Amino acid sequence: MRTTSRPRRAAVLATAVLATSALLLTACSSSSDKKGGDSTDPNAKITLNVGDFGTFGYKEAGLYDEYMAAHPNITIKYDTVQDGQKYWDALTTHLASGSGLADVQAVEVGYIAQATKALGDKFVDLGKTEGINPGNWLDWKSKQATTASGSLIGLGTDIGPMAICYRTDLFQQAGLPTDREAVGKLWAGDWAKFVEAGKTYQSKAPTGTFFTDSASGLFNAVLSAQPEQYSDASGKLVYKTSAGVKTAWDLAVSASQAKISAGLRQFQDPWNAAFANAKFATVVCPSWMTGIISKYSGDSGKGKWDVAAPPVASNWGGAFLTVPKAGKHTKEAAALVAWLTAPEQQAKVFTKVGNLPSTIGGLQQPAVQGAKQEYFNNAPTGQIFAAAAQSIKPAPIGDQDGNVKTIITDNGILDIEEHGTDPAKAWTNVTKLVDDKTGH
Amino acid sequence: MATHVRAEAPPARPSWRSRLYRFDLKASPYAFIAPFFLCFAAFGLFPLIWTGWLSLHYVDLLTPDVMEWKGFGNYTRLWSNDQFWTALRNTFTIGVISTVPQLLMALGLAHLLNYRMRGRGFFRVAILAPYATSIAAATLVFVQLFNPDYGFINWALGAIGIDHTQWYADTWPSQIAISTIVTWRWTGYNALIYLAAMQAVPKDLYEAASLDGANRWQQFTRITIPSIRPTIMFTIIVSTIGATQLFGEPMLFGGGVGVSGGSAHQFQTLSLYMYELGWPSRQLGRASAVAWTMLLILLLIGLVQFLITRYRKRHELGG
Repeated sequence: MRTTSRPRRAAVLATAVLATSALLLTACSSSSDKKGGDSTDPNAKITLNVGDFGTFGYKEAGLYDEYMAAHPNITIKYDTVQDGQKYWDALTTHLASGSGLADVQAVEVGYIAQATKALGDKFVDLGKTEGINPGNWLDWKSKQATTASGSLIGLGTDIGPMAICYRTDLFQQAGLPTDREAVGKLWAGDWAKFVEAGKTYQSKAPTGTFFTDSASGLFNAVLSAQPEQYSDASGKLVYKTSAGVKTAWDLAVSASQAKISAGLRQFQDPWNAAFANAKFATVVCPSWMTGIISKYSGDSGKGKWDVAAPPVASNWGGAFLTVPKAGKHTKEAAALVAWLTAPEQQAKVFTKVGNLPSTIGGLQQPAVQGAKQEYFNNAPTGQIFAAAAQSIKPAPIGDQDGNVKTIITDNGILDIEEHGTDPAKAWTNVTKLVDDKTGH
Repeated sequence: MATHVRAEAPPARPSWRSRLYRFDLKASPYAFIAPFFLCFAAFGLFPLIWTGWLSLHYVDLLTPDVMEWKGFGNYTRLWSNDQFWTALRNTFTIGVISTVPQLLMALGLAHLLNYRMRGRGFFRVAILAPYATSIAAATLVFVQLFNPDYGFINWALGAIGIDHTQWYADTWPSQIAISTIVTWRWTGYNALIYLAAMQAVPKDLYEAASLDGANRWQQFTRITIPSIRPTIMFTIIVSTIGATQLFGEPMLFGGGVGVSGGSAHQFQTLSLYMYELGWPSRQLGRASAVAWTMLLILLLIGLVQFLITRYRKRHELGG
């Protein structure tokens, strides 16, 4: 009897242990479900948490301090992640579990379709929030953050109309014009002319330099200007037959084969270093890129860089501020978001870090229109970018676009550049990877 | 009646107390270890079972509450997927070229540190310094060193006439670079474990050996190695587990293409493949299938190591 009773007791204990742990688990989860809800006292002291990535410029432009001074009961805390992809990975996990969310969360344009499609009901509808007029923003910008049922889940922060930044010293040595009007005319109207200019450059280029930084950057720029991109209006992936993707892919491949690209991967260490070493003469350049160029080219590049109009106007980047429903102070958070994205504040951010306003009023601010950048040979960047912004024709974005773009640029074009893979084989590989990563 | 009760009561009370005592004796150990098993159940067992359940479904990361039954579909799909096999092969090759030199160097270092020498304490602390460095900090430094255009390593190799090496783009160079980071971080750690084991080897064995005319190398192979064999086995097992789960170093080394392990997946490990499926691709079910496959691979390796040890023990006892 004793020998048999011992295991039984152990089993009883084990069950008890498991049951207790289950209780503990449920206790934990139920306590976290009790959310504070909106505070009823408007003067109660509250803390608003803001989560973003990269450089939004709010801290740099002193906007948090300004807001806290005007609202003494509010304390703003912010948490910035450098890598946008990692930020989004964490945010989706938090949204799925409904915990760990800040009161205000930034969402990059590349992921906004995922947010509106699969996660639309997890955000506050800012279109119905008092004091917010969706008509203040560029029409296509607000549309990107609107769900199928018509709720506006994010307010646009900045946009990324593209120009071409180029080095006048390298252009001169290669016998190309250096004046920004003349440079713009070199390729006006067609990205293929840009590649042709590259071949001209390369034939007389200073040794060790290339016309442009990366074929992937070129692909991205060309594609952004196409009316048809990865997905159709219904959100279905059409990249295999898309005329836009084919145009961009062929041009990028031709650039790589003509060896006018330095074959670097953007935003990586070797790319950063290549700025300081003047390894390439042009880079496709949304307004936010000017900050990166001046940072990495440093004093040696000052006055040597200039900005010219792009072959075709298009948009690269830009973000939105959202208010997750799971936050504790959604009302106050919405008010903060509305204030941060208002034209005056957007203009202040632009003058500080170069993020171009996404509101019509913001683009018209004198601080934006009259902006010149000393680093870029006093180029009237405000005018160049604002002009590009007006002629952008938006294309539909699907919720898998970011994924497809990463595979095409990182496992397709970069593979061709690094390993000399046959383009046809690289494309087959891309379609295989996309099928694998997006299918059920 | 009263006397009758009193006569019966005394035996009853001790029996209750002794039963309590016996219960205490038996149950207390369980109560004391309970916190661990509670935590294990909550943070180890439950996720394990849940992951297994997820691996049989199609689950989108954004809507984890919606599940679509797939059976073993996620596993069979792995079987026919080139990228999975590439990742498995990479995990194996990176594992071998980082674990083997790492443990051999650790053995050598420990043997040297075991001698009487000046500043022994300093060296013992110094070799542990890489282990105390964060992966991120260490990897960032190595990324700079291995930069094909401006890095120190290509410059140094160039000085002795070795051509430009593509440390990021080519398969073997990138895997060797990653192994270097792993080896650099863990050699000292393993050396200290070996050193601790070596200190327990009786000194008279060495004295007797040196009286018999054995040199240091012979002492090392004939006395030290056999004496610390269980410790070596332990480090092999721990390093194998670590190598199978290698994630941080290749991820950070690859920078923006870290998740896919380079443009042609040339250094993508299984953990990275799992992460790529689960997060950027949002395929939680298939990522879980990779997680379980990794667990099964580890169990398999463990079984092989166990069988080898048992065979060797029997063989030695028999011989």
